[in-house]
Amino acid sequence: MPKKVRIPTPLRKLTNNEELVEVNAATVGEAIVELQTRFPGIQERLVDEKGEVRRFVNVYVNEEDIRFLKNKQTPLKDGDEISIIPAIAGG
Amino acid sequence: MSEHQGYMKALKCRECGREYPLTATHVCEFDFGPLEVAYDYDRIKKSLTKAAIQSRPKTMWRYRELLPVANDPTVGLQVGFTPLVKADRLARKLGIRELWIKNDTVNYPTLSFKDRVVSVALSRSRELGFDTVACASTGNLANSVAAQAASAGLKSYVFIPSDLEQGKILNSLIYGARVIGIKGHYDEVNRLCAEIAGKFGWAFVNVNMRPYYAEGSKSMAYEIAEQSGWRIPRHTVVPMASGSLLTKIQKGYQEFVKLGLVPETKYSVHGAQATGCSPISVAQKAGLDFFKPVKPNTIAKSLAIGTPADGFYALRVMRDTQAAADDVTDDEIRDAIKLLAETEGIFAETAGGVTVGVAKKLIASGKIPRDDSAVLCVTGNGLKTLDAVDGYVGKPREIKPSLREFEALLANEEKVNA
Repeated sequence: MPKKVRIPTPLRKLTNNEELVEVNAATVGEAIVELQTRFPGIQERLVDEKGEVRRFVNVYVNEEDIRFLKNKQTPLKDGDEISIIPAIAGG
Repeated sequence: MSEHQGYMKALKCRECGREYPLTATHVCEFDFGPLEVAYDYDRIKKSLTKAAIQSRPKTMWRYRELLPVANDPTVGLQVGFTPLVKADRLARKLGIRELWIKNDTVNYPTLSFKDRVVSVALSRSRELGFDTVACASTGNLANSVAAQAASAGLKSYVFIPSDLEQGKILNSLIYGARVIGIKGHYDEVNRLCAEIAGKFGWAFVNVNMRPYYAEGSKSMAYEIAEQSGWRIPRHTVVPMASGSLLTKIQKGYQEFVKLGLVPETKYSVHGAQATGCSPISVAQKAGLDFFKPVKPNTIAKSLAIGTPADGFYALRVMRDTQAAADDVTDDEIRDAIKLLAETEGIFAETAGGVTVGVAKKLIASGKIPRDDSAVLCVTGNGLKTLDAVDGYVGKPREIKPSLREFEALLANEEKVNA
């Protein structure tokens, strides 16, 4: 069942400039692993050596920050959209 | 060193130190760490002396070598050098020996500290060839982008939460900016803007222009140091939304020490938040070096950022300078706005209430000792957040145009006050 991942500009060099990528993973963590098999190198950009999402990376499922959900264990269902977004300054 | 970079050397990742060219980009491709401008301090030291600074106009651009533009600035030449006000009456109320207000409620042209960052961001945007500028904003930034873009003949798009104070919305519309209200809180506006910024070729002042934009805040620290008689105040209290201003105030102090413009003395940069959006102060009080994002619920909408991008660095600055943080409730914010107005004649927006309210707490708890001196950064004007105090400051009493009625009113007042 496909879920969509929005790739942020800084990572598009790894995805051949693809902006929207489909995955079949059941959780956010699995989605990152699946991205890695297709776009080698993307995983280390998103998670640190302990396997945690890097502190300047924000991941959203259907516009909700995964830190308000179940972090990497956040389940995904058909049609969900994941956004990966760098932290932004104030305003 | 090529001439067209001015005193800048490169953009540098704050996390891993990788360097990038001085373009409109804000994130390290390797770890998403924020990029920051690196300068050639040896060259700056030769040019930026006290005498040179004092010979220049009283604006933030008198510290031009330390601001990230390659050539002379072209937008916001009159911004900054706001008053540093000795606040004796407020000092007595808060019980501290000496107190100063850095009064950015009267910054030019839109009455908040955001005029500083926008002046830098738009000057740099022009250098990089942009004709459209944009921002994600809680209000003050939108006002300043709208106004300064208008003055420079740039097209502007500003994105704000749709439930902002009416004053802040009108204050963007009036300049002809394209104002987009997003049905959501600031963190959601931010997320959308990050996606928009990747798609259109605009200069987003707090997204792809952020490394330049954020540096503008340092000018507040330079001014405080110069106006304090070329020294760093022992205590500075700064409001925190993303935490950027606090980190840049410290950077400004450090740079002045490095350039030999002020002596190296002990100082603390304290952070202030609203209780309804206090991820950084909660983490600081718990002794943590990371924070937990929150969903904001406070009248201090200009500080309502639940996922503060510079939260980690703000916590580090407070730890390194042995500073404290605290937060205040909506009622305490209103009381502090009134206290500042009644004692010093300065009408601050809600963020100013947060700063004064937190300073009061830090002094009462001894975290700022009573025999010390402190500077409070008051960053925005109360005329923009009238909604926040409406209904809390009383009402005028109405009488007929009759001397007898006025005398009766006065007599009644004396009775009440007796």
